[in-house]
Amino acid sequence: MKVQIDSDRCQGHGRCYDLAPELFGADDEGYGQVLGDGIVPPGQEQGARLAAANCPESAVIILEET
Amino acid sequence: MSIDDRFSQELREQRDEQQTGTLSEAITGPVFDWATDFSHADPQWAADPFPIQDDLRQRCPVAHTERFGGAWLPTRYDDVASIAYDTERFSSRAIVISNFRPPLDLAPVGGTPPISSDPPFHHDARKLLLPAFTKTAIGRYEESTRAYCNSLIDAFDTSDGRGVVDAAQDYAKYIPMRVIGDMLGLPQQDTALFAQFVEDVLGTVDLPPEERGERLRPLFDYLYDQVREHVDNPRDDLTTHLINAELYGQKLGPEHVVGTIVLLLIAGIDTTWSAIGASLWHLAGHRADRERLVASPDALSTAMEEFLRAYAPVTMARLVKEDMHFGDVDMKAEDWILLSFPAANRDPAHFDQADQVVIDREVNRHAAFGLGIHRCLGSHLARMELRVALEVWLSRIPEFTLADPSAVTWSTGQIRGPRALPLRIS
Repeated sequence: MKVQIDSDRCQGHGRCYDLAPELFGADDEGYGQVLGDGIVPPGQEQGARLAAANCPESAVIILEET
Repeated sequence: MSIDDRFSQELREQRDEQQTGTLSEAITGPVFDWATDFSHADPQWAADPFPIQDDLRQRCPVAHTERFGGAWLPTRYDDVASIAYDTERFSSRAIVISNFRPPLDLAPVGGTPPISSDPPFHHDARKLLLPAFTKTAIGRYEESTRAYCNSLIDAFDTSDGRGVVDAAQDYAKYIPMRVIGDMLGLPQQDTALFAQFVEDVLGTVDLPPEERGERLRPLFDYLYDQVREHVDNPRDDLTTHLINAELYGQKLGPEHVVGTIVLLLIAGIDTTWSAIGASLWHLAGHRADRERLVASPDALSTAMEEFLRAYAPVTMARLVKEDMHFGDVDMKAEDWILLSFPAANRDPAHFDQADQVVIDREVNRHAAFGLGIHRCLGSHLARMELRVALEVWLSRIPEFTLADPSAVTWSTGQIRGPRALPLRIS
């Protein structure tokens, strides 16, 4: 599994880095950023799914195949 | 060195004389048909808007009123979202509906940038503020907020033996007032003034425009004084930051500086005051939810988001730019849109059990902080204040009930939350 953020959609609500801080961080203006290469380590899939499901702008994208 | 005289009284009076805009006749009185004559200033709306919104969503999803010179009220999530995203056809030139429309040439800046700004100016004005409102930047205020919440509870006076406090007036209100006042660098002894300013801005939308203008004057007098004082004595706070900030190679105009401070002060207070109060109101009336959060403080993370969804305090407004069709209705240029994020948050097409408060709701894509480019700048601040306020309250006062449900009152207008909330705490 891999996560991405659509930066055209992201408005900095911060739900992704609230819910899955191991996968997402904030830039200097509060917009969401994928940490590292976005590959979701085993066991963190639920955090990725929660981040995607709670993003008000639907900016968090999950790619199921890696 | 040149003197910074941008904020002089003389220049301010000259600008005030040039003010134009469009007035509409104030239409007041009770609402009989919400589909054709809605008013968010109506007491019935303040007391319980949700049945009204649910009914409209079914039978008239974009309601209309002739009040305020003409306004529309979409209640479906998809309609609210599409308007929030459509900055081409809907302007933010004014975001509080009243009987006054500011002049067209106030766009794209608006009276209180960046919330009142349209693209492309909006983005540049917002960038000046974003770094101060990130989750990390806001984290610096958590410890002092927690101490302040504790000090408010320490000061509760239950010496009359009734064991009742007003959680809206003696707790919820003070938390955001103190924090935003500190961020702006306003004197702590002035905190009590701020609540009156909030009422003057948001509780007066039904008044004839001239009368409303008079009610707004003390707020601007106060802030111009504070800005001039900061020009003389700069320090590390948001007011000084705005005085020194530059856009396009120039310092900001005085209306921009003071307008932004008005925004941060007013939007920083009423909203979070309402969110804290509504959450405590819910918990006072729902014993199982209260006991759950006392026993499992971790559950607050989903509960808090659910309170934000179900009792979203903030409704925004837009102005229609040109005559247009929107779904089945014909909107006219300069019609208002009452952009109800609370109504969107209760649309059953987007949320299971939309009319229920489910504190364990794990998937909660609510729009309490808006959608699109105007996402609430202070959302990280609001979430910190709400979380800390509830954590401190629940740890200090695990048992509380509504002392008199009929004595609870809710604010009128675009920001909704309890303004009298008597709770029995012992």
